[in-house]
Amino acid sequence: MPGLNEKYEIIVGLEVHAELSTETKIYCACKNSFGAEVNTQCCEICTGLPGTLPTLNEKVVEYAVRMGLAANCKINNITKQDRKNYFYPDLPKAYQISQYDVPLCQNGWLDFLVDGEERRVGITRIHIEEDAGKLLHGESFSGSLVDFNRCGVPLIEIVSEPDIRSSKEAKAYLETLKQILVYLGVSDGKMQEGSIRCDVNVSVRLKGQEGFNNRVEMKNVNTFSGAARAIDYEAARQSALMEAGETVGQETRRWDDVKGENILLRSKENAMDYRYFPEPDLKTIVVDDSFVSALKEGLPELPNRKTARYMREYGLPAYDAGLLAESMDRAAFFERAAALGLCQPKNISNWLLGDITYFLREKKMELSESAVTPEKLADMVSRLEKGEISGAAAKIVAEALLDSGLSAGEIISEKGLAQVSDRDALESIVDAVLADSEKAVIQYKSGKTNVLGFLVGQCMKRSKGKGNPAVLSGIIAERLK
Amino acid sequence: MELYEYTAAELSAMFRAGECSAEEITRSALDRINTAEDKIQAFLTVTEENALETAKSADKKFSAGETLPPLAGIPIGIKDNICTNGILTTCASKILGNFIPPYDATVIKKIKTHYMPILGKMNLDEFAMGSSCENSYFKKTRNPYDTERVPGGSSGGCAAAVSAGEVPLALGSDTGGSIRQPASYCGNVGLKPTYGSVSRYGLVAFASSLDQIGVFAKTAEDAALLYSVICGKDEKDATSVRREYPDFAADISNFDCKKLRAGVPKEYFGPGIDGEVRDSVYKAIELLKENGAEIREISLPSTDYALSAYYIIACAEASSNLARFDGVKYGYRSEKFENLIDMYERSRSEGFGDEVKRRIMLGAFVLSSGYIDAYYNKAKATQALISREFASAFEQADLIITPTSPTTAFKLGEKTADPLQMYASDICTVTVNIAGLPGLNVPCGLDGKGLPIGMQFVGPHFSEEILLKAAHFYESLRGELPRALL
Repeated sequence: MPGLNEKYEIIVGLEVHAELSTETKIYCACKNSFGAEVNTQCCEICTGLPGTLPTLNEKVVEYAVRMGLAANCKINNITKQDRKNYFYPDLPKAYQISQYDVPLCQNGWLDFLVDGEERRVGITRIHIEEDAGKLLHGESFSGSLVDFNRCGVPLIEIVSEPDIRSSKEAKAYLETLKQILVYLGVSDGKMQEGSIRCDVNVSVRLKGQEGFNNRVEMKNVNTFSGAARAIDYEAARQSALMEAGETVGQETRRWDDVKGENILLRSKENAMDYRYFPEPDLKTIVVDDSFVSALKEGLPELPNRKTARYMREYGLPAYDAGLLAESMDRAAFFERAAALGLCQPKNISNWLLGDITYFLREKKMELSESAVTPEKLADMVSRLEKGEISGAAAKIVAEALLDSGLSAGEIISEKGLAQVSDRDALESIVDAVLADSEKAVIQYKSGKTNVLGFLVGQCMKRSKGKGNPAVLSGIIAERLK
Repeated sequence: MELYEYTAAELSAMFRAGECSAEEITRSALDRINTAEDKIQAFLTVTEENALETAKSADKKFSAGETLPPLAGIPIGIKDNICTNGILTTCASKILGNFIPPYDATVIKKIKTHYMPILGKMNLDEFAMGSSCENSYFKKTRNPYDTERVPGGSSGGCAAAVSAGEVPLALGSDTGGSIRQPASYCGNVGLKPTYGSVSRYGLVAFASSLDQIGVFAKTAEDAALLYSVICGKDEKDATSVRREYPDFAADISNFDCKKLRAGVPKEYFGPGIDGEVRDSVYKAIELLKENGAEIREISLPSTDYALSAYYIIACAEASSNLARFDGVKYGYRSEKFENLIDMYERSRSEGFGDEVKRRIMLGAFVLSSGYIDAYYNKAKATQALISREFASAFEQADLIITPTSPTTAFKLGEKTADPLQMYASDICTVTVNIAGLPGLNVPCGLDGKGLPIGMQFVGPHFSEEILLKAAHFYESLRGELPRALL
C-alpha cells in the first residue's frame, strides 16, 4: 500500500485501557494478580454467579482520581457506575460495569515532547470499569475455554481528544501516559501482560479542512509501536480511498500487527447498542473536595515536568533528562547528588545512566537496594573531575560503591587506586616502557605519532591503571622529541 | 392440635419450655408436607435430611443449656430464587434447572446461625415474574383455601405452604408485590421491608433496584421475629443500609392506637377494586377508627402511572440481570447449535418461559438507543414523582392503608391469556417498591367464596416497627381468621 498522500493530515484519538495495580479486584476481594493458574483467582462475585453483588473497591477510585489529577482533569464529585450490556463468553454477567455519561475525571490535558517540541493533547475523560476474562484456544482441547482470573481486574479508560496529528505523536503520547501511570504507582505498565491496551481512532482530512471526516476505530492494538504502524496503515488506506473518490465509512476494524493490515469488524449500521443504564447494585460515588485535594498534594512531580525542569535547571540534554525522570528513585538520587554542588550535574547523570545502571543490571539490583548514596557518588565524580582518580579507576570505584558501604576515598585507598601524577614516579615507568618498545619508538620518530596512544596505554598497564594519562603522554612526548 | 398448626412464637415457647423438641416440630412439618403437598405443590425441593440435622443440633444445644436465638428449632421454607449452598436453586426456570449454588445468600447464613431448619425450596413464578405462580417451569402451586385457585405470585409456594401448615415461616422476595399479593390470596402476614434493610446478596436478581427479601408468617408477631433475624447492613450488598435495627418482636404489643394517624388514599379504592375487597378493607379501617386511630383521607395522584413505570424499570433491569443465563457457564445449554450466537439464541429460547422472554424483550427495548429517553428515563422520572408524593403523604400520616390486591385469588388459567390483566393485580403493591417503602399484608377477612382478603399497610422508610405493631394490634381486633381446610 502506498504511503500517506501529502495533501492529507492524520487525526488520531486514543482510548487507553490501563489495569490498575490495586491489591484486590474492583468488585470483590479476589487478588488482582497476573499469571496465576487458570480460574484460581476468581470467586462467585467476579464470575457473576446468580445472586451475587458487586461492592466497589475504594482504592480504585483513589487510583483513578490520582491519574485524573496528573492529567489535569476536573474530578467529578458525584459520579455513578453504569452497565454496558453485551454478550461474550469472557463476560460472565453479560454486562460490564463501567461509567457512561458521568466519568470520574474529565476535561484534562497532557504535555509531552515530540522531537524536542512540547505538544499538548486534551484528555476527554478518565473512567473506571472492570476487565473481562480471557478466552483460551488450544490444541489440547476442542472449542474455547474461559479463564475468569482477569474478570473484575480494575481498569481505567483514558480517552484523548482527537488532537494527535501523527503516528509519532501517538507513540510519544502513549509513552508519556505509561510513564505517568507507572510513576503514580497506579499501574505496573507491563505491556506484555496486557496492563496497557489501546483502541486507536483514525481519520484523515485535506490539510486546511475544517471539521473531521468519519473515523475508524481499530481494536487489538497491543504495543505502542504497533499503534504507530496501525495509524500509518489506516491513514494511508483512508487517503487512498479518498483519492479514488470514495468516502470512508464509520467502522470498527481489527488490527493485525503480524500482517501489518486491518480487517473490517463492523460498520456503523451494525454498531453495537450497549443499552447503558445506571448500575442499580452500586451506590453513587461521592468524592469530596478534601479527598481530592489530599490526593493532589500527595502527587509527585510528573516525569514530563521533571524532564523539562532538568533541561532548564541542570542544562541536561533532553535524552538524559528524560531517562533520569523515567524512574522516580533515580531522579531523586540525581537531584540530591547534584544539589551537593561537588561536581557537574551532567557528569553525575552520565555515571547514573551509564556505569551505575550497567552494574546494577549485572548485579540484578535496584538503585535503592544498593549501598551507593548521592553523597558517595558525587564525591567520586568530583575526585574524577579533579584528577585524583582515572576514568578506569572510577569504574572500579563505582562498582565497589554499590555493595561495599565504603566511601569513594576509602575504596581508593583500600584498592590503591589514587592516580599518580608525580613526574618522578612516572618518568621511570616511561623509560622502562620506551626501552621495551623499540619498534613503536622508531615508528613515532619516523612521524607516525599516533603510536603515542599505544605507548600511553603500555605505561598505564605498567602503572596498574594509576598513572595520570595526561602526565604520562607529556613525558613520552618530551623523551621522544 | 398438631405441632404444625401452631405459630412460630407458640412453638418457640413450647420448645423452650421443654414441651416439644425441635426435631418433633420439624417432623410434624415434614409429615404435613407429606400429606398436603399432593394438593398444594408448594415445594420444588424438600430438604428433609438437612432440616432434621439442624433440628437435632438445636435440640443438642438446648439440652446442653446453651442460650439459643428465639427462632432456633423453628423450621422455614425458602423461595427458590434465594441461593442455598449445595441445594438446587432453580428460580423455577428450565434454564437454572440444574443450578446448585456454591455459596449461601446472606439471609441463609443468618437462618443457619439461628439454627432454623430449612425444610426446602418453594415454588415461584419463573425468576419471580408473575402474579399467580403459574409461570413456574416445574409445577403449579394451589391455593389452600380453594385448590382450583392460584396462590398468587410470585412467591406462591411460600404463601401456600404457610397457609397449608407445611411451614410456619418462609422467606420470599418482593419486586412489585410478590410477597404481599400471595400473602393476601393465602391469608398470611407478608412483609416487604424497606429497600436496603435486608441484604439482597444471594437473591437471584429480577430488578435490582426494586427487589427485596421479606417474610411470610401466620401472624404479625411471627413476621416480626423472622424479620429481626434477617435485617441489617451487609458488607456484601452496597445498597443495604447501616442503622440500628431493633428487636421487632420484643415490644410488639406496645402500641397506642389513639396515637395512630392512618392515611387512606382515595386512588386505591377506585372502580378497579372488587367491591367485597373494598368493603372488607373499609371495615378494618373503621375498626381501627373505633379504637382511637385518626383516619385521614389522602391523595397520591400519580398512582395511575405507577404500573407502567414499574414494568418499564423492572423489565429494563431484568433484561440486563438475566443476560448472564447464556448457556456458557452453568444452567441449560441447547444440545444443538451452529456457532456461539446460535448457542446463545437456542439456549435462551429453549431455557426461558414466555413471560420471562416477554419481559426481557420489553426491557431491552426500553433501554435501546433512541427509546431510552421516552421509556426508561421517563419511568425513572415518574418513580421520583411517586416517591415525593409518598414523602409528603407521610407528613400527615404514620401509615397508609390500602387493599393489597384488587381481588381475591382467581382461578388457575383465568388470567394467563392476558398479561395486562395479570399485571393489574399488582396495582396496589408496585408503588411501594417504586418508592422503596416497607409494605405489609395483613388478612382482614374472607370474601363470599371463603377466600382471604388482604389489607396493606405502607409506612415511611424503616417504619417496619410501626407496621408490625399496627398489624399485631389489628389482629387482636379482628380475631382468628378461619383456616384453610384441606
